[in-house]
Amino acid sequence: MSCPDKSVLLHGMLDGELDVVGALAFEAHMKECPACAAEYQRQQAIRAALRRSELRDRAPDALRRRIAALADVPAEPWWHRLLAGWRWGGAGAAVLATALALLLVLPGGGEDLTRQLVDSHVRSLLAEHLTDVVSSDRHTVKPWFAGKLDAAPPVIDLAPQGFPLAGGRLDYLDRRVVAALVYRRREHVINLFVWPQPGAADAAVTEETEEGYRLLHWTRSGLQFWAVSDVDLSDLQTFQAAYQQGVAEQGAAAH
Amino acid sequence: MRRTDAATAKRFRDTVLPCLDDAYTLARYLTRSPVDADDLVQEAYARALCYFDGFSGGDPRPWLLTILRNCFYAWLRARRAQQGEPLPDPDEAVAEATADPWGQAPEDPEATLIRIDEAAVVRSLVEALPEPFREVLVLREMNDLSYQQIATVTEVPIGTVMSRLARARLLVKRAWLARQAEEK
Repeated sequence: MSCPDKSVLLHGMLDGELDVVGALAFEAHMKECPACAAEYQRQQAIRAALRRSELRDRAPDALRRRIAALADVPAEPWWHRLLAGWRWGGAGAAVLATALALLLVLPGGGEDLTRQLVDSHVRSLLAEHLTDVVSSDRHTVKPWFAGKLDAAPPVIDLAPQGFPLAGGRLDYLDRRVVAALVYRRREHVINLFVWPQPGAADAAVTEETEEGYRLLHWTRSGLQFWAVSDVDLSDLQTFQAAYQQGVAEQGAAAH
Repeated sequence: MRRTDAATAKRFRDTVLPCLDDAYTLARYLTRSPVDADDLVQEAYARALCYFDGFSGGDPRPWLLTILRNCFYAWLRARRAQQGEPLPDPDEAVAEATADPWGQAPEDPEATLIRIDEAAVVRSLVEALPEPFREVLVLREMNDLSYQQIATVTEVPIGTVMSRLARARLLVKRAWLARQAEEK
């Protein structure tokens, strides 16, 4: 049996964490103590086994690509470069460039976002990635988000109104991690995307359509909300009103 | 959550992305599941990107692995809460694994270790360790962090790192010897 009081020294030696004085002292001890010397050898054997390269894992390529995409910044829009080239090209070019920029910039970001929202909604239906946390209980879904996002979204039980909660997941949209709450309406799915935008003014509901899907967008209490689904517009509006009412009631109950 | 500008994204790709295998290895040993490890690493990287401003330079691995470890315990708590299992108190896990004091375990002083050639067997021995011991051992042997770096990641004093590491190796050795005895 090796000396109990030498255990920390033995492992420090093994890991190369001892200073010269400590290492010399332990080497001297091993000469006198066959038990410690034998234990040191055994631990070296274990260490060699643990350090074999097969015991280290290589991240799967799909994961590597997803991670790389997180920090992937879109290339500069083509009209930016065009403008930079034209800047010194005379007044006429500047006017033309401004007109072009206005044309291109105004609808820009919004369209891209609605497209991403619809893509994400469709993806959630195709893959088995509809929900990361499967629960119809808002007391399960909300804490699940709390550990993962800076601001957990309000989770409202809307089963009585005909929109049972199916669960939630994390999604990646517009270069940020967002919460997606999943509700059902009969055979249809409603994805409600929520993310914080501190300081954003409250904004009333606006409707959009993209690739046949309906989107409702609103801003409340510094949170951005996007509901995406293929249900009827009236159903989606009912959902939105019920959800927002639920949020208000939750807020009132908390005070 | 902010948008990431091009310069930050490039710096992130250059410093944190090369640690992906380290992060994935730790995630595999913590979750003991490739699927969960995948999710955990993705989440840790998403967070790391959010908090990248707080990274003060130097070796990015302790910084990234701290985030990953925190994500792991949050995930574990949520999962156990969902399944109605209580989260084991880490101190209790330590007490349990250290219950028999040094030197009391029956051990053949002549016992020598036969080389275990199957990596899968060694992996199973490590995966069987309670979390506090598993994490220090993986951070040391697979991630090759120093004692000081392990203390940073696991948020315990360096003396605790040393005693847990010694204990982890003792537990692995015993399991190894037990396995050899079975095979005889």
